[in-house]
Amino acid sequence: MVLDSGRDAVKTIDVPYVAHLARLTLDDKEIRDFQGQLDQIVAYVKIIQQVDVSGVEPMAHAVQIRNVFRKDEERKGLDRDVVLANAPVHDGEQFLVPKIV
Amino acid sequence: MSEWNQLTVHQCRELLERGTCSSRQLVENLIEVIHALEPNLGAYLSVDEEQALRQADAADALRRQGKTARLLGIPIAVKDVINVAGQPCTCASRILEGYRSPYDATAIARLRAEGAVFLGRTNMDEFAMGSTTENSAFHITRNPWNRECVPGGSSGGSGAAVAADEAIAALGTDTGGSVRLPASFCGCVGLKPSYGRVSRYGLTAFASSLDQIGPMTKDVRDAAILLGIMAGHDSRDSTSVAAPVPDYQAALQRDLSGMKLGLPREYFIQGLDPDVEAGVQEAIRQCERLGARIVDVSLPMTPHAVAAYYIIASAEASANLARFDGVRYGLRVKDAVDPMDMYQRTRAMGFGPEVKRRIILGTYVLSSGYHDAYYLNAQKVRTLIRRDLEQAFQACDVLLTPVAPTAAYRIGEKSQNPLQMYLGDIFAVPASLAGMCALSVPCGFTSHRLPIGLQVIGPAFCEERILRAGYAYEQTTAWHRQKPPVMAPELHLTDKNDNEL
Amino acid sequence: MNYSATIGLEVHVQLATRTKMFCACNTDFGSPPNTHVCPVCLGYPGALPVINEEAVRLTVMTGLMLGSEINPFSKFDRKNYFYPDMPKNYQISQYDRPLCIGGAVAIEANGVAKTIPLTRIHLEEDVAKNMHVRNASSIDFNRAGHPLMEVVTEPELDSSEEAFAFLQALKQILLYGGISPCNLEEGNLRCDVNCSVRPAGQPALGVKTEIKNLNTFKGVFQSLQYEIKRQIAVLESGGTIVQETRRWETETGITESMRSKEAAHDYRYFPDPDLMPVVLSSEQIECWKALLPELPRQRCDRLVRQYSIPPYDARVLSADKAMADYFEEACRYYASSQATRSAHAVAPSAAAGDEKLAKTGPKAISNWLMTEMLRLLSEKGIDIDQAAIRPKALAELVRLAEAQVVNSNTAKDVFAALFEQGGDPELWVKQKGLVQVSDAGAIEAMVEKAMADHPGSVADFRAGKSAALQFLVGQVMRASKGKAHPQRVQELLKKKLTTTAN
Repeated sequence: MVLDSGRDAVKTIDVPYVAHLARLTLDDKEIRDFQGQLDQIVAYVKIIQQVDVSGVEPMAHAVQIRNVFRKDEERKGLDRDVVLANAPVHDGEQFLVPKIV
Repeated sequence: MSEWNQLTVHQCRELLERGTCSSRQLVENLIEVIHALEPNLGAYLSVDEEQALRQADAADALRRQGKTARLLGIPIAVKDVINVAGQPCTCASRILEGYRSPYDATAIARLRAEGAVFLGRTNMDEFAMGSTTENSAFHITRNPWNRECVPGGSSGGSGAAVAADEAIAALGTDTGGSVRLPASFCGCVGLKPSYGRVSRYGLTAFASSLDQIGPMTKDVRDAAILLGIMAGHDSRDSTSVAAPVPDYQAALQRDLSGMKLGLPREYFIQGLDPDVEAGVQEAIRQCERLGARIVDVSLPMTPHAVAAYYIIASAEASANLARFDGVRYGLRVKDAVDPMDMYQRTRAMGFGPEVKRRIILGTYVLSSGYHDAYYLNAQKVRTLIRRDLEQAFQACDVLLTPVAPTAAYRIGEKSQNPLQMYLGDIFAVPASLAGMCALSVPCGFTSHRLPIGLQVIGPAFCEERILRAGYAYEQTTAWHRQKPPVMAPELHLTDKNDNEL
Repeated sequence: MNYSATIGLEVHVQLATRTKMFCACNTDFGSPPNTHVCPVCLGYPGALPVINEEAVRLTVMTGLMLGSEINPFSKFDRKNYFYPDMPKNYQISQYDRPLCIGGAVAIEANGVAKTIPLTRIHLEEDVAKNMHVRNASSIDFNRAGHPLMEVVTEPELDSSEEAFAFLQALKQILLYGGISPCNLEEGNLRCDVNCSVRPAGQPALGVKTEIKNLNTFKGVFQSLQYEIKRQIAVLESGGTIVQETRRWETETGITESMRSKEAAHDYRYFPDPDLMPVVLSSEQIECWKALLPELPRQRCDRLVRQYSIPPYDARVLSADKAMADYFEEACRYYASSQATRSAHAVAPSAAAGDEKLAKTGPKAISNWLMTEMLRLLSEKGIDIDQAAIRPKALAELVRLAEAQVVNSNTAKDVFAALFEQGGDPELWVKQKGLVQVSDAGAIEAMVEKAMADHPGSVADFRAGKSAALQFLVGQVMRASKGKAHPQRVQELLKKKLTTTAN
């Protein structure tokens, strides 16, 4: 259990930085509210660090299945009209987004 | 006037087969009740009356041709997180505004193949994150037993609709108790299948390693019927298990002789509401009277379950909800100057506070420098929690526990304290983390006449056991037949009601 | 001061599957935008991925061909970052458990043979394609979800030449295995390169830069040449190299820093809960091993053995699978036509002569391929599959030349014509009246006429100027419109010039 000492020294979650990673703009009130609530939540969930998990395998799935494959066989997808009907902005053929710089 | 809306699925089937009523009459009856109750309840987000009536007519026509199917003409309400072709699927979020689903979830396709009518979309906590349905972006849902109380969550709309007879049955989804909690708070039956039992294809993901679709019904038999239809392997969901689907109705027996019921001592602790404890203890005694043997078991990891759950579920959610970006569907802010601006403002505008909190928490526990301490540790604790339960099931067939430490509480009571709210999931999340199945059955009322739920937890892929225990208990009690008071006084069903939904 | 460069490559290979990595949408290139899409590859709410088995097989086959260890436990992870061409805003990739570990590619650059070790080979999904339109960017999701295999080398390439040779060698192997069409125009192979320089002799590596998304081998070569020079120039002038991502600008021929406003990447990898691990049994791997194609080196050895061609020829031919296939097919046609002729041969001596020819036939075919074919292919800038002259025609042409039906110059003309238009060489020779004149009487008449017409040259030859002979041969060839058998003409001329003199 190795913590990044540089950031852990702050002792609290860096809400604006993490929000940016998650592509969320927060206003000042949100930052304040979330800071308090998340500090509390993070402090609580830290209790799992008290459990002795040495030699315990992490559990990523609730079922133990392996090698779930499909055959390389084509199946018709969605019509473009249907797909573009859901698009916020499109040009009749493609999705449009603000210019990628 | 007729009260077909109060029927169960199996009763509907009988009456429809006998010709006592038609599917159209059933649907019309429900629409009438929905119009009357919704202003006070808010269980639905949308009802597609026209479409439902068309489906009902089609079912009636098929029946006249001598065709039959297990759900032919029977209306089902669907939590607004499951895709139904041609219907909206907002997940009670602004960010999915305008989205129309181009496809059926596998569970929906299976119900459709059995003739089900899809009546409407039920309210929920946004993206299924919450325990009260207060986190819906559109409106709250009230508890049919007390309008000042929450219905539980996140499938609160489904729970309230079934309890108030606005639906014959409904689908909910359960990630960490979201079927069982509202079933318990509203006094109906809710079943969370074992992970991998019901396909998740078409269920908008919250936490992919935990999510399951489950029935919310008026009795245990209905839960068995709906599960039997939805369960089974689906090649579109790599996590669905190719185990045979037993005849769940055949498991329903009226006695519990030979069954060993385990009581995990960590579930009967301080902080458990005395009324809830009394209700559950009385249920345990009833089970004993039905021939069951009671054994004490221990689940020592229980105190760590909520922390592990919130780390894992939020981590998965932070990735699952990244796709809501304003590019391919749903909301997009106007005048974004570049993609970054589009993402940040669209997501800021489209998500509510609880969703934002969990995305931030999930992003944090996966981020560089914290991943091992939180996420990886939580996954290891998850292994230990499963071991706990597996060990317990060496000593007993099923576990009996309360669904939640309390019955329904007042609207707004916990909404300002997220952590307090999370701790209410303590009895629900271990089964979720371990991938086990669990059932919530009504087992009495508090002194404030709020329903109490008994949780029956079974090993993975042993739904027959929890159904058997739940059914035997239910059939020898009358709790599930009680009707909430909100129904009676304000109803004037004969008046044409033009309330907007 | 002398500097040495250290280069590592990440090669992204689009696999030759019919459908996408995690859904059943078609992978055809060049379809109208957004016509091969479904809820899965558009990242719709509720849609779930399912692994394409063929993509796993092709990746494992690649690993087996390159001598990688096949990971006994492999899994898929989510790599989280936002970009408009990413439907889910996470890419399903493989983090700490790739399908293949290690392996190597043998290369030869600047005449030196070397083995480049691989770090790993993993499988992931391709992203969509975006284009700039006026004030916006447009996105076509047809490519989103195409299976993408990433081959990662150790940083053990020392020059842009080696990087280039590596890519060519890798491409050769991928084509041999049918792993990818390796069509660079269609973006089947795309490359990220890491590069650093350090003063020769210094053990510690220098600070590296990354050049992203190079889609031609030439681009890799040129960008590395530029980048190595640039880094040396920075160090020489006392500067320091900044670790950064740079973009290759094809037009200007320079690399430019991609300074982005974004915070440093934090991909937050975690196992994809939607996908189950891949645990391949040793039986399964053995079964795939049995299907391994013959690799360039093995084929080279076999060509030498089977066709008795020189090792040099075999190496050139086996470098390109299509070329080697062409060669072997032509040899088969050649052999079968020999067999037919032998069967009809009356005199045993003729059959014996054919046997001798059979040994020279493959060498003749090889000569055609290595000279005329390669020259014309590079002139036209096409692949051998696109040449109109097919192996059967080449085999026949070789036979015609051996039987001296056409002389060697005519044969070259016929080859050039068939290269463009295709068709049957025998028919072509007949139609164009190109059959070699070997008739002694006809040649003698032409020889005598040439000597009569050019008495000066005759005198010159007899005076000891042997060059005059070539002039006279040329005159006879011209008179025959190139069809006269050149050796016979020369022999006869020589005879006549000397005998008359005596």
